[in-house]
Amino acid sequence: MRKIIVYSLFFGAIAIAINACQSASEIEMAKYMSNGKDIYQARCQNCHGENGEGLGELAPPLTDTIFLKSNKQKLACYIKNGVNEPMQIHGKTYQEKMPAFKDLHDIDIAQVTVYITNSFGNRHGMYTYEQVANDLKSCN
Amino acid sequence: MKKILGYAAIAGFIALGASCTQEKKLPIYGDREAKITKDANGNEKIDTVYKTIPNFKFLNQDSIEVTQDAFKNKVYVADFFFTSCSTICPIMHRNMKTIFDKYKDNRDVMFLSHTIDFKYDKPSVLKKYAQKLGADVPQWQFLYGSKEEVYKLAEKDYLVAVQEDSSATDGYIHQGWLVLIDKHKRIRGAYDGTKTEEVEKLKTDMDILLAEKD
Ligand code: HEC
Repeated sequence: MRKIIVYSLFFGAIAIAINACQSASEIEMAKYMSNGKDIYQARCQNCHGENGEGLGELAPPLTDTIFLKSNKQKLACYIKNGVNEPMQIHGKTYQEKMPAFKDLHDIDIAQVTVYITNSFGNRHGMYTYEQVANDLKSCN
Repeated sequence: MKKILGYAAIAGFIALGASCTQEKKLPIYGDREAKITKDANGNEKIDTVYKTIPNFKFLNQDSIEVTQDAFKNKVYVADFFFTSCSTICPIMHRNMKTIFDKYKDNRDVMFLSHTIDFKYDKPSVLKKYAQKLGADVPQWQFLYGSKEEVYKLAEKDYLVAVQEDSSATDGYIHQGWLVLIDKHKRIRGAYDGTKTEEVEKLKTDMDILLAEKD
């Protein structure tokens, strides 16, 4: 009988630990999403639109989930340094100048990237500011 | 007594109904002057002369010279922008495009965007911009002119503040007004082009203006 109690306490503790971990990362993700949304609305929405629909051919939509996934490592560079190169989005070529956001810190870039890559039909999960710092090292 | 009240109420409702059917009118903005004229019998009468947009001559996105004749008898929406503006202009033109989409087939309505970037926004640049916005049609004129002429027109006539400023994000600062001009070249409204509610108001006012008898 004692054994059963000990076992159940033990497994119970593990279950609680896992649960706590999960919700901690969920909370972190929710925080990134909500801060990211604020940054998006203040700095990006004018061009990319409320629903990531873009603006004619002046700014591409953020709804091409395959493009965003396969260029995930470059997004931080695009945002920090700006970009002006041809891009294939939804099978259409866009080229126009996106301005640099030099004043955004790694944490801001991480949050806004999490927001756009988990909104508008995208679902690419977490992207931390450590990853941003790392990705920014390989900008061209 | 009760009867009288009843009648008064009915009369009141009729009056109310009449006032509702009365033509709605938009205000007329800008300075006005009183001008004294004489009618056929030599009697003096006073006319109000409203401020109007003066004539101009600029190049459009097709490098064709455009004067106010192009806007003769048209109601039009005018704004000041520049193609490399990365802050308020994209919102203004996103919103202006919704007005354009609404009145696309209306031959009484036109659109006029003046660039304030006299250094870079040559007609060929405006052309590309108009195409990418999806608005490269005669109904929407994108006009290029000298700093002196365009800035004067903005400040003195459309009452929109514009300025070169090397400390601003893109080198210029300007207000995001969409200005509504009637068939007599008078200013009938100015709306913040970055706010969707105001842009919706412009559309309502546009309908009122189009219905106005001149
Ligand atoms: C002035 C307009 C403008 C603003 C503001 C702007 N962008 Fe862009 N963005 C562009 C343009 C134009 C491109 C295409 C660049 C090219 O062709 O090289 C682009 C491309 C992108 C791309 C890659 C292409 C795609 O559609 O997936 C991403 C991601 C992106 N922007 C995110 C952002 C984020 C995040 C912000 C805010 C921090 C932002 N942009 C602010 C104009 C803008």
